[in-house]
Amino acid sequence: MTRLNGRAWRTAAIGAIVSVLSGPVLAEEIFYVSGAVGNAVEDFKSLVKPWEEATGNTVTMVPMPASTTDQFGQYRLWLAAGASDIDVYQTDVIWAPQLADHFVDLTEIAKDAAPQHFPSIIESQTVNGKLVALPVFTDAPALYYRKDLLEKYGKPVPATWEELTITAQEIQDAERAAGKADLWGFVWQGNAYEGLTCNALEWVKSFGGGQIVEPDGTISINNEKAALALDTVKGWVGTISPEGVLAYQEEEARGVWQTGNAVFMRNWPYAYGLGNGDDSAVKGLFDVAPLPTGGGSDSSAATLGGWNVAVSKYSTKQEAAISLVLFLAGPEAQKERAVKSSNLPTLMALYDDPDIAAAQPIIPRWKEVFLQAVPRPSAPTKGKYNEVSAKFWSAVHQTLSGNGSAAENLELLEVELTDIKGSEW
Amino acid sequence: MATSNDGPSLSQQRQRAAFWFLAPMLLALLCVAAWPLLRTIWFSLTDTSLNNLYGGEWIGFDNYLSIRVLESGRVIYRGTLVDAAWWNAVWNTVRFAVTSVFFETLLGLIVALVLNAEFKGRGLVRAAILIPWAIPTIVSAKMWAWMLNDQFGIINDILLGFGLIDQKIAWTASPDTAMTAVLIVDIWKTTPFMALLILAGLQMVPRDIYEAARIDGVNPVKVFFRITLPLIRPALMVAVIFRMLDALRIFDLVYVLTPNSAATKTMSVISRENMIDFDKFAYGAAQSTLLFAIIAVFVSVYIWLGRVDLSGEGQR
Repeated sequence: MTRLNGRAWRTAAIGAIVSVLSGPVLAEEIFYVSGAVGNAVEDFKSLVKPWEEATGNTVTMVPMPASTTDQFGQYRLWLAAGASDIDVYQTDVIWAPQLADHFVDLTEIAKDAAPQHFPSIIESQTVNGKLVALPVFTDAPALYYRKDLLEKYGKPVPATWEELTITAQEIQDAERAAGKADLWGFVWQGNAYEGLTCNALEWVKSFGGGQIVEPDGTISINNEKAALALDTVKGWVGTISPEGVLAYQEEEARGVWQTGNAVFMRNWPYAYGLGNGDDSAVKGLFDVAPLPTGGGSDSSAATLGGWNVAVSKYSTKQEAAISLVLFLAGPEAQKERAVKSSNLPTLMALYDDPDIAAAQPIIPRWKEVFLQAVPRPSAPTKGKYNEVSAKFWSAVHQTLSGNGSAAENLELLEVELTDIKGSEW
Repeated sequence: MATSNDGPSLSQQRQRAAFWFLAPMLLALLCVAAWPLLRTIWFSLTDTSLNNLYGGEWIGFDNYLSIRVLESGRVIYRGTLVDAAWWNAVWNTVRFAVTSVFFETLLGLIVALVLNAEFKGRGLVRAAILIPWAIPTIVSAKMWAWMLNDQFGIINDILLGFGLIDQKIAWTASPDTAMTAVLIVDIWKTTPFMALLILAGLQMVPRDIYEAARIDGVNPVKVFFRITLPLIRPALMVAVIFRMLDALRIFDLVYVLTPNSAATKTMSVISRENMIDFDKFAYGAAQSTLLFAIIAVFVSVYIWLGRVDLSGEGQR
């Protein structure tokens, strides 16, 4: 009796093992890792649903902290260890040169898809002729402003940083006198992290102070215009911006903004969709414009951001992972991201799409912001970019928190960058 | 008596048995402590990078200090030992360790004295006081980060409400208060641990000494300094050394609460930053090695100066 049962059990077990072994061929589970801000996790589930239904595979998203610096540290560790747990990585636009060795070359695979994206973005993801990642959306920040408050005080949208300073101060003073004690003029990202590099690059560039390290590799940051830019910003801390702005990342700034406590905000496009959500205190009360210029310079600047997807070389399910990557970078997924999360598409054709224009009217207009985008110096500085960026944001953070003047800190920064550079980048 | 020539003596047998009982633990320690340590020291003498972990080549002590004379005659010093960021981190760590351990010991002692007294519901209070210690550091650091947030934080709200401050303080952002913020959270978190260790010491003190003192009419302050403190000193010294070791390698709290702030960056944080973020794995390994050396020196000096008895010999 027991023996028979044992045999029957064994047969069943073998059957189960066979089905498990043959199972993965039919349906794979892909692990996708990505930083998560706002509604990223829920949105991603509905985003990949069509792909899951079409292929029978499933995708599990592994959410990571919003700080790109934190994400990078973790990914670098996983990749250096050759971990096969994660199949697809969502990568920041600046990472390609540093992580290129660990990702599958997509050049052949994306032969047809690549030319449909903005060429500059594809170029940023190509390292020594190897296409490391495919873009899923691009990012360029803009100036968010409160239409109602500007109207109330009869102010135009500021075109220069100087104008913004005055307008912000006036509205802040008037509103506070009227009882809104928590209102601030301008919020941005001042924490010592990659986001400060983005913010500060915009100030420096829009004051005509270059872009830290120029495309040909020269270190240009130590100049008067850059110092003037940082001194201007230093004047904001504690006046039109809360002192705590020096610990803000994107989400903290959005927190102040979306509760209706700021006149201006510098942020990425994702904040547009969220700001118009039903739980937002500023729903319908704000608009966006390109970031201002400063110091008499005539062109503004927006740091080029954006996210890409790359397939890990150590993944055991590369075929399915590649199919997912092509889907995520394709028109269907990009359109959904644009409509739902106000992410900017990288496919040029989508800027003329009527559905996107209807759901997110800002996206076609963002082309104008996008045209003034400046890349961070990740291409010329190659594997040393992170260190360069950390030195830059530290120098800026020191200046803004009052440790040394802008001119002193930038001079020191130049020495440090020259040290890091050595004979070549 | 007759058996003395037949084989090993009893004490030899006991020593051998003790060795075999200890062997598995020694083996485990060798694998999880000695091997990584030696490997880190080895890495620090090479030019290993994270993308090429096994291809590092021997470069001697260049990660610590390298001196090069340029053709122009200028001498260039490189390496951790002349890295201002490293010495800033060392200073931060030492400042943090000394301040936090001082306050934790003081507060821990007070809490332990209170808990040592007889009162109703003592068991419950003893359990409750351990809660901050039981919360994982990442969770409590995140929690405090929100509480210390300048705009939405409850701390600023309370202080404003009581009129103690007239403007919201940016606790974690401003370099003047960043270290204070880290210290507040660490002291909040680790005081219970200190209190518990000191309480254990307090309970070893025989009750009859106190009774004798009371009969003799010694005043309580004198009792504390003449009886309690000398008797719990061994326990106190061990508790302090535990905390010191912990505080000198602090990482998680600083990393979550004030990442990248030069005012709070500690040795562990800067070493991780070099290893992972900057792809200077060997350089970070050199800093880890120095961290190990600094802790070793610190602890040795402490044991020697404080004549701390870690062997347990004095208890016999």
